[in-house]
Amino acid sequence: MPSMIAQIRLVSSHPEVYEPCEDSFALVDALLADRSKLLEHQPALCLEIGCGSGYVITSLALILGHAESGAYYMATDINPYAIQVTSETLEAHGVYAELIRTNIASGLEGRLDGLVDVIVCNPPYVPTPEDEVGRDGIASSWAGGENGRRVIDKILPIADNLLSEKGWLYMVLLAENNPSEVCLQMREKGFASRIVVQRSTEEETLHIVKFWRDPDIQIENNESRSKNRNGNTKASESFFTQMSRLSFWKRDSEQ
Amino acid sequence: MKLLTHNMLSSNIKGVTNGFPLKIEAEKIIERPVEINPVFLKNMFAKLEWKPLVEASRTMGFSELPEDVPDMSVLDSDEFLQKFHHALLEIHLEEGALVCPETGRKFPVQKGIPNMMLHEDEV
Repeated sequence: MPSMIAQIRLVSSHPEVYEPCEDSFALVDALLADRSKLLEHQPALCLEIGCGSGYVITSLALILGHAESGAYYMATDINPYAIQVTSETLEAHGVYAELIRTNIASGLEGRLDGLVDVIVCNPPYVPTPEDEVGRDGIASSWAGGENGRRVIDKILPIADNLLSEKGWLYMVLLAENNPSEVCLQMREKGFASRIVVQRSTEEETLHIVKFWRDPDIQIENNESRSKNRNGNTKASESFFTQMSRLSFWKRDSEQ
Repeated sequence: MKLLTHNMLSSNIKGVTNGFPLKIEAEKIIERPVEINPVFLKNMFAKLEWKPLVEASRTMGFSELPEDVPDMSVLDSDEFLQKFHHALLEIHLEEGALVCPETGRKFPVQKGIPNMMLHEDEV
């Protein structure tokens, strides 16, 4: 029986490419945990932003492999060696994805807006000095600037644009990235969120957070915006808005 | 690079307002058979820009797609689906370039991979 996720011995490598580590495994575990939901979701277009070794996009293609509706996989990376290694990893597993060398999703934005059903992303999340962000090679896989948020904060609005109405985003976040603040930012854009996997290693605490558009939150946002415009927000309403915002971690709605 | 990907790419150079579709300069074209999936094709049909697909496919040496946007009903025709499938998923640009329609800037395609990286003065 073929393996349901990528096999480490078949993952290609290069000195300038980030090898699959705890964060990659946690992200793939989150996809596995969501497997039946993903199959039901029937994504037509899937995208990985920053594919590195190709371990994650290969696993996603294997997990969704037998979906009757079929899916199209695309993956980007800024690092040319990562593109090469991903191509080898995909081939070794007998799956296919279209690869594009670019920064985040530059060149896809616009035409691809609103069309992507699943985005997976293990961003460069390590807090580093600002000047380490944007360097070539393997540094691009981890250097995240202040709080590790420099690149994450660029990816989030792009993901919002690319995701379809039913689209899902799975993202790796470190405790230092302040995941609750990231979730609040996404909530402002109408997204609900849920931690699919949380894992602590000796060095870091990883969260795999799933985001999806929630019509109730969109309505709530519109209402609170119009209230703010009219300047009649009462203290009690403001309090309840705060409460509901803080309760997102416990949301157990569907996804 | 498959033509479905080409249909989703546009010139990302700063200031360019009309960056789609990118013109294809083909040096090496290859064909890889893929199993046909009518459900996927029907789903994708609505997401495509038809004329750029016809044009791209012709540049790649395949001229059998109807010029005008076909009616949804053609999706019931096996003959149409086969051609649509071939153009969208089986023809690959292996070597060549994608040319920005506004500035003429070429984005190279090597080993089937488009390079959309911009120079510093283009961001």
